[in-house]
Amino acid sequence: MVDTTVELCGLKLDNPVIPASGTFGFGYEFAELYDINILGSFSFKGTTKEPRFGNPTPRIAECTRGLINSVGLQNPGIDKVISEELPKLKKCFDKKVIANISGFSVDEYVYCCKKIDAEEQVGIIEVNISCPNVHNGGMSFGTDTKSAYEVTKAVKAVTTKPVFVKLSPNVTDIAAIAAACEEGGADGISLINTLLGMRIDLKTKRPVIANKMGGFSGEAIFPVALRMVYQVYEAVKIPVIGMGGVLTADDVIEMMLAGASAVQVGAANLINPYACRDIINNLPQVMKKYNISRLTDIIGMAH
Amino acid sequence: MKISDFKIIENRKIAKDVFKMILSGDTDNITKPGQFINIAISGLYLRRPISVCDYDEGVVTIIYKVVGKGTEKLSEMFEGEVLHDVMTGLGNGFSVNNNAKKPLLVGGGVGVPPLYALAKKLKNPVVVLGFNSSEDMFYAEEFRALSDRVYISTADGSFGEKGFVTDVISKLNGYDYTYACGPEPMLRALYNAVSVPGEYSFEERMGCGFGACMGCSCKTKYGSKRICKDGPVLLKEEIIW
Repeated sequence: MVDTTVELCGLKLDNPVIPASGTFGFGYEFAELYDINILGSFSFKGTTKEPRFGNPTPRIAECTRGLINSVGLQNPGIDKVISEELPKLKKCFDKKVIANISGFSVDEYVYCCKKIDAEEQVGIIEVNISCPNVHNGGMSFGTDTKSAYEVTKAVKAVTTKPVFVKLSPNVTDIAAIAAACEEGGADGISLINTLLGMRIDLKTKRPVIANKMGGFSGEAIFPVALRMVYQVYEAVKIPVIGMGGVLTADDVIEMMLAGASAVQVGAANLINPYACRDIINNLPQVMKKYNISRLTDIIGMAH
Repeated sequence: MKISDFKIIENRKIAKDVFKMILSGDTDNITKPGQFINIAISGLYLRRPISVCDYDEGVVTIIYKVVGKGTEKLSEMFEGEVLHDVMTGLGNGFSVNNNAKKPLLVGGGVGVPPLYALAKKLKNPVVVLGFNSSEDMFYAEEFRALSDRVYISTADGSFGEKGFVTDVISKLNGYDYTYACGPEPMLRALYNAVSVPGEYSFEERMGCGFGACMGCSCKTKYGSKRICKDGPVLLKEEIIW
């Protein structure tokens, strides 16, 4: 018997596999296909203060071993998430969820985190700082150490739940951003969000995506994500959730060797809705293959 | 939704850049005309959503136009080859059991195929099909076998009525409901040209095809909807252009 359990700030997970925000909705589409209680946890659709329709379509572009999306944080808003989505989710998922919160100002993050703090179903708050800050010329919170620190500190002041800050990879020094979040009081770091990318249609000679650019994810980005997890693990003492291009149980182990305490699976869910189930099922045999008896033993082992 | 393998029984060109593919496999999840299947193509990341033209137990027919790499690869596949991990039973489809007594079916280009399975379920519907040119035309005879009122228009006048489907429809009367699938300009022109209620099937670039990614959302009078899961068929009354 191998031990697949991991722990994130006191929250015990049966396994490290967590569907990433934006690729698993609020769970029901997948609950129709398999019992999602096998998951370690899951990070729900990025939620903002107000309901958002998101960006114009087309929002999706094909890439080699990946896709670009510019959904634009479409979500029903924090109030509806609490009054409608969470109760519905409770019927098919009895574990703690990760609440993914986005915002366009520090106040908005604070507002949402304060509200979600009261929800017993929520085990961890994941603060997505890849959004543009409307009070700072639209520059993303996640590309500036000062903004990253400020938003982390403000959010930590209004919740007792563990706060993981989800970082954007579109920066020159990911370790510095992670360190700023730790200094702001973050309990953990999630990374990476999508890489800014683009495709152009040769027939129309125009960008494929209506918003011109979007977030690139999928297997193709795994080496970039792994490198950043490795760097951040060295820069901070708090736990790291690794994500970006994870497709197989082997990838999960590789992420953990780089320093991840748990691993999120994103784009893979869209291509194979059973991706997380398959990874969870394969994990014990892959662990045996590499002589790993306890998954927590290998966190950061590559350093 | 179900994911299963399908074997290619036939893959044949039936018009300019247009192919008809017959597949055998598990079709239990295909329950309504107007639904689509999502086909994984070797070497490409995203599946390609293609509407169902016809279905029966164990057999499904699709008609697709080669418009890019995915459909090009599909067109090069041979009979006997297997399509792996095809998603079936996607989309809401057309409602057949409504109170319409005299339905009008309107299809444009590769929007025509999903109307075929629908026409089979309706009693002698009026069918209007539009193509750019006679070389783009397909399934005229197949529709004629189902209805004695099939009208065809071509934009260049090389077959049937010269003009658009709306030019044909302006001369028709007596219908009380419309079912439509085609390019958005056609749907919009139809929407403005007819006063009866109906169902319009839309197309959008999709990520997952089963409602998870929010890649194909659109605004409607009844809130935002996902073309892949809450659509592709929208009621005329809810459409926002």
